[in-house]
Amino acid sequence: MKKAVLQLETLVCPSCSMKIEGALKSITGIDKESISVLFNASKVKLSFDETQVNVDAMKAAINKVGFEVLKMQVKE
Amino acid sequence: MERIVNKIQALIFKHKNTITFISGTLILVAYASSFLFKNDELFTFALIIASMLGVLPIALQAIQALKVKVISIDVLVTVAVIAAFLIQEYQESAIVTFLFLFGSFLEAKTLNTTRKAIQSLLSLAPLTALRIKDDQSFEEVSVDEIELNDLCLVKTGSNIPVDGIVISGSGVVNEASISGESMPVSKTSGDWVYAGTILDNGTLTIQTQRVGEDTTFGKIIELVEEAQDSKTTTQRFIDRFSRIYTPLVLLLSFLVWLLTQDIETAIIILVLGCPGALVIGVPVSAVAGIGNGAQHGVLFKGSEVVQTLSQVDTVVFDKTGTLTQGQPEVIEDYTYDDDEQLLQSLIVSIERESNHPLAQALINHMKDAAVLPVHSMEVIQGEGLVAQVNDITVIIGNMACMTRFNVNFTPSQQQTLEHLQSQGSSIVLVAINQQLKAMFGLQDPLRPHVKEDLIQLRRSGIKSLILLSGDHEQSVQRVAQELGLDEAHASMLPQDKSTYIQHLQNQGKKIAFVGDGINDSPSLALADIGIAMGSGTDVAIETSDVVLMKSDFKHLVHAIGLSKAMMSNMTQNIVIAIGVVLFLLANVFLSEWMNMSIGMLVHELSILVVIVNGMRLLNYQKGVKS
Repeated sequence: MKKAVLQLETLVCPSCSMKIEGALKSITGIDKESISVLFNASKVKLSFDETQVNVDAMKAAINKVGFEVLKMQVKE
Repeated sequence: MERIVNKIQALIFKHKNTITFISGTLILVAYASSFLFKNDELFTFALIIASMLGVLPIALQAIQALKVKVISIDVLVTVAVIAAFLIQEYQESAIVTFLFLFGSFLEAKTLNTTRKAIQSLLSLAPLTALRIKDDQSFEEVSVDEIELNDLCLVKTGSNIPVDGIVISGSGVVNEASISGESMPVSKTSGDWVYAGTILDNGTLTIQTQRVGEDTTFGKIIELVEEAQDSKTTTQRFIDRFSRIYTPLVLLLSFLVWLLTQDIETAIIILVLGCPGALVIGVPVSAVAGIGNGAQHGVLFKGSEVVQTLSQVDTVVFDKTGTLTQGQPEVIEDYTYDDDEQLLQSLIVSIERESNHPLAQALINHMKDAAVLPVHSMEVIQGEGLVAQVNDITVIIGNMACMTRFNVNFTPSQQQTLEHLQSQGSSIVLVAINQQLKAMFGLQDPLRPHVKEDLIQLRRSGIKSLILLSGDHEQSVQRVAQELGLDEAHASMLPQDKSTYIQHLQNQGKKIAFVGDGINDSPSLALADIGIAMGSGTDVAIETSDVVLMKSDFKHLVHAIGLSKAMMSNMTQNIVIAIGVVLFLLANVFLSEWMNMSIGMLVHELSILVVIVNGMRLLNYQKGVKS
């Protein structure tokens, strides 16, 4: 398992967080319990299995619900 | 195909503000043409275009939400607008979409203001550093490239890029981002400097010890970010509630339509039922309040912590040193010798060899005394010492030490001794040839302004102030009396302290335990709130719930006052939000004037009201007013 921190464009509505969480939950390889969308910091933190999924897939999923990903960081 | 859809979608979102503006202008054109030129065709046409244009971004957001199985506010508004459009209520559909879009535009603007406190902190995060190469020249690189032990050059006016040790140069550093204190600190070789602080003057070469998120500044930012988005029980309840609430509104409006066959009432309910102010009210208070704390050197670990702190009624201090300066001073001295100069020289020369905490105080007290060579010295544990200087045998110690060497006291000396004892001072006695030659009364002075700050604490609702100290009875009682503490217990071991805290909790008290965050971790963990005072050290950040960056009680006053202000602010916002929804829903049935547009207007206004109300917390100043 690795940890990812995604910096998004500024989030302005609390329901945005629900959408982003929903979009990420449907991806296999992401630990659903670990997803936390920081509304005020406009960041997403999560753990994922690097053999099943990569950050680009997460970025695509977030783009699809209408949000831009500005920066991605992966930690051990 | 999908790519084209995505592109159009992105285009619409990008120009959301333009769409809002055009839709607003079209509405103005519509009304102008109706009132000025009596042109009803243009009126209707403009409104139809405004509706269709305005609903686009809202509907797209609604579809995205539905895709991930969320019934968001956008869904309610989209259904309402489409329904209004279908029954040819073009005025309503146009105005509602415009108000909703304009409202979210204002929401975004004001929300950014509430986040300003943390953003001004974030802007201090260093982006680049001047790395010194092997040939002593330097290059500008991104901070991400700096590694452990790299040497960095910092020039006047720039941010210090990493946590490290100064190896050459000197300068004055503003550490407000770390300590919350604006007084600059001077730094020279061997001093530790922090990333995110600013070199006001001078040039420093520093050796990198920690980079990026591992720096103290990085940890503070992470802590504050996590805290702002952490949720209280109330907020978690609201989140769960709004998750089932929006589908319920949809259902209710559908039922009303089925039962009454009145589409208009049904869609009014959709618009009025939006929980906008409710979902944003609490997070706004949290972000503004926690941001305010961060700017004033008060770090909360989360909203839950704020809630508990606001309920605290008992503050326990972990040791005398939390309330005092920790450096004893001589407050009274008595000498009984003709050659006072020699006596002082003897005492200072011997104390220079000792590492007893009181020794430094005596040396400071007699700065001008000449230093003589000490020939021999014998320490008597817990009592004092005997030393030989120039063939003179000098005994320095406490009463027990004097008794051991059969030192004589005249009746007046005896009286002075009793006077010093009654004050709660620590006493140092000096004897030569079994004759008492000097007597010193020492006290550890209180920190400046502690007394006033503790009075402030009581005013903000703290009922008892308790000191649990490892020191001896007399000095503890002195501090307790001077500060008017409710209880003070001396000679306590760490386990005694935690037992006592448990005892207080059994009486139903909510306890904040204030310490340096390093010792007494069992008590810190046991108390309802652990407050680490002193510095943003890693240990303090790990073990405590609230970190006060400076050992200054005004920050404690600020923390407790702010926590209460935040909680009442959240309550106000919840009341405003629920009150507005109830008021609007009641008026659907009770009044004649209610329609979709008014409902949307009141809704958007209530959202702005809760945001502005939350923003007031940014200016909360109690305790730290300078």
